[in-house]
Amino acid sequence: MADQEITLMKGNEAIAHAAIRCGCDGYFGYPITPQSEVLETLAAEKPWETTGMVVLQAESEVSSINMVYGGASTGKKVMTSSSSPGISLMQEGISYMAGAELPALIVDVMRGGPGLGTIQPSQSDYFQACKGGGHGDYHLIVLAPASVQEMADFVDLAFTLAFRYRNPAMILADGAIGQMMEKVVLPPFKPRRTEEEIIKECPWATTGRVGGRKPNIITSLELRSEEMEVINLRIQAKYREIEEKEVRFEEFMLDDADYAIVAFGSAARIAKKSIEIARSQGIKVGLLRPITLWPFPTKEVQKLAERVKGILSLEINAGQMVEDIRLAVEGKVPVRHFGRLGGIIPDPDEVVDALKRSF
Amino acid sequence: MTEEIIIAGFGGQGVLSMGKILAYAGLMEGKEVTWMPAYGPEQRGGTANVTVIVSDDPVSSPILSSYDTAIVLNQPSLEKFEPKVKPGGTIIYDGYGISEPPTRPDINIYRIDAMDAAAEMNLIKTFNMIVLGGLLKIHPVVKIESVLAALRKTLPERHHHLIPKNEEAIRKGMEIIKKL
Amino acid sequence: MTREEIIEKGQVVYHKPTLLNDTPMHYCPGCSHGVVHKLVSEVIEEMEMTEKTIAISPVGCAVFAYKYIDVDWQEAAHGRAPALASATKRLWPDRLVFTYQGDGDLACIGTAETIHALNRAENITIIFINNAIYGMTGGQMAPTTLLGMKTATCPYGREVSLHGYPLKVTEIAATLDGTCYVTRQAVHTVAAINRAKKAIRKAFEYSMQGKGSNLVEIVSTCNSGWKMSPEKANKWMEENMFEFYHLGDLKDAGADK
Repeated sequence: MADQEITLMKGNEAIAHAAIRCGCDGYFGYPITPQSEVLETLAAEKPWETTGMVVLQAESEVSSINMVYGGASTGKKVMTSSSSPGISLMQEGISYMAGAELPALIVDVMRGGPGLGTIQPSQSDYFQACKGGGHGDYHLIVLAPASVQEMADFVDLAFTLAFRYRNPAMILADGAIGQMMEKVVLPPFKPRRTEEEIIKECPWATTGRVGGRKPNIITSLELRSEEMEVINLRIQAKYREIEEKEVRFEEFMLDDADYAIVAFGSAARIAKKSIEIARSQGIKVGLLRPITLWPFPTKEVQKLAERVKGILSLEINAGQMVEDIRLAVEGKVPVRHFGRLGGIIPDPDEVVDALKRSF
Repeated sequence: MTEEIIIAGFGGQGVLSMGKILAYAGLMEGKEVTWMPAYGPEQRGGTANVTVIVSDDPVSSPILSSYDTAIVLNQPSLEKFEPKVKPGGTIIYDGYGISEPPTRPDINIYRIDAMDAAAEMNLIKTFNMIVLGGLLKIHPVVKIESVLAALRKTLPERHHHLIPKNEEAIRKGMEIIKKL
Repeated sequence: MTREEIIEKGQVVYHKPTLLNDTPMHYCPGCSHGVVHKLVSEVIEEMEMTEKTIAISPVGCAVFAYKYIDVDWQEAAHGRAPALASATKRLWPDRLVFTYQGDGDLACIGTAETIHALNRAENITIIFINNAIYGMTGGQMAPTTLLGMKTATCPYGREVSLHGYPLKVTEIAATLDGTCYVTRQAVHTVAAINRAKKAIRKAFEYSMQGKGSNLVEIVSTCNSGWKMSPEKANKWMEENMFEFYHLGDLKDAGADK
């Protein structure tokens, strides 16, 4: 494959190709619709013969995430992917990784729940992704791609952020972004780091006591409460720094807007079409698209509340992100929610109707 | 130019791959494209559909309320998508799979007997290419050369000897599509 | 007088492995863990693998193994150690990777991870301490608890109708194509300790030779959980545990792999 090839592929396939190209050391996963193409593409590409990347189909999502825990403990760039029910199974491991402060990438290609639910697209794992998900006080860095191109681009970005803050990062996509094909420019190849580079860049990693250094221990356990509080406070300080520095968002036609839609991922794509339709009917509406769902663009939403008459949270769920919007807005303007459930994607006309009904 | 197309039929009719070839051909002409399937167990025998958008500008929503063109290859798909064709838009249906043809007076209705033609040519597997040929005759969304290039790109090498048959099928489709 | 001064005046006839540090162990007096920790440390030292060892500790009494043996450690979630070890070994193939797990961790909550890591022929060693009881949480029933044996959650003795049968994971492991060396040992006598050490060494060597997965079960006592003196616990183990959990090699395919 050429260095910067323009091609047509599914979001799931883009994740796999981007992983190989960004120097990922290992992928550990388990099949589940609608994300199985990630593992299938990796298996077909055989990166172990080219870049040396390890690809392993685990016996369960529980095992996948713990393989990621083990691999991340050694300073390697490792990842997994799954869809909603599988991500629920991974919560234990994700909490341990947050506690042990391990950099890794988890991809969630969401489907409708609760329970086994449906295999169709949904955004109903927003709470799970952004509010911890597992036990304990922790956050993942959560990136929400809205195109196949962003599926490819966010793999490297997620790893960069994960290693910068020693914190697990998540790409929160949905079945629509995972299954749809679009034009994508794959990133250029970046070599995997050598073992020497890893040992130098990750002095905390369990690589073996190379050069006779002191033992490294990766653990989330500390039975002395006073010490555990200190660890928690340090992690919280890290989260405040991430909130300060890493908020990412996109604005679309907000300059003259009377109303704003806030939407992420595929809902944001639908919102753009709805905005075209609404504007053709004389309704001045724009879009704020959070790219990082955690850290959430709270300040941007606050600024929005100063200049629009109302905000519609468009989500493919029963209303999750709308809570964060309302917290930011502090009652200054009406905040409404519109979404469809159970794997149904709202169409652009429905959104325009919802906009008219809401304000 | 933006062309918003829904292709719908039974799983196994080549609906998804027809959409993929169309999208790929658009990509090769430097256009913006999205291919959004209704995925899942529907691929096996049930109804299958895919939304393909080919545009000169970045594509906003891959999911649409209405379409410029609907290609319907069975009765349930016709019933579902005929109402969603934009006024002045186009519907193309295969006579074999449709017992009650479309009736809307405000859209252009085309019939293509692709299944019969594929059977006559003894090329059942090129059924979807015949339909694609019909579409390209009335809406030249992409050039035939781009479709052939897309086939070369997406078909495994061992199937490249089938490309002339596919071209034959496309030309057949262009020939037999008729406006009602 | 320091330890060094005492040593200087006499003649050293025995010393603990340098990898075993001076942190006071939290294990109960008479517990088998201390002996197994020593054996593991000795083998790593003798194989000169200190700089290349990555160990995985479990949830259970050995959760703090990382405090006592001076190698790199990852502390796993309950039962998941073989998953961590699988990834670690695949990503660092020239490292010595082993897990150290108890019966609750390995044979109950982590059965899937254990069986699949072993059967994938991961080039790792699993050290399995089987004392037929949950020690750390206060003596509850384990998958390996013998029939009739009393624990906090089977206070009238384990009964088939209520609790089912004790699980012989090591026998299962021996049937798996992915395993190279599967053995059951004990550390209650000097002779047994010597045999157990040889078994650990063999397992570690096979794992480094890429011959597949290795399981070393150590049938152990838990005198606190069993509510016996260490001496009585050893005797009880010999009379009851060995009858159900036979000692010896169950599989050694090292020559064929």
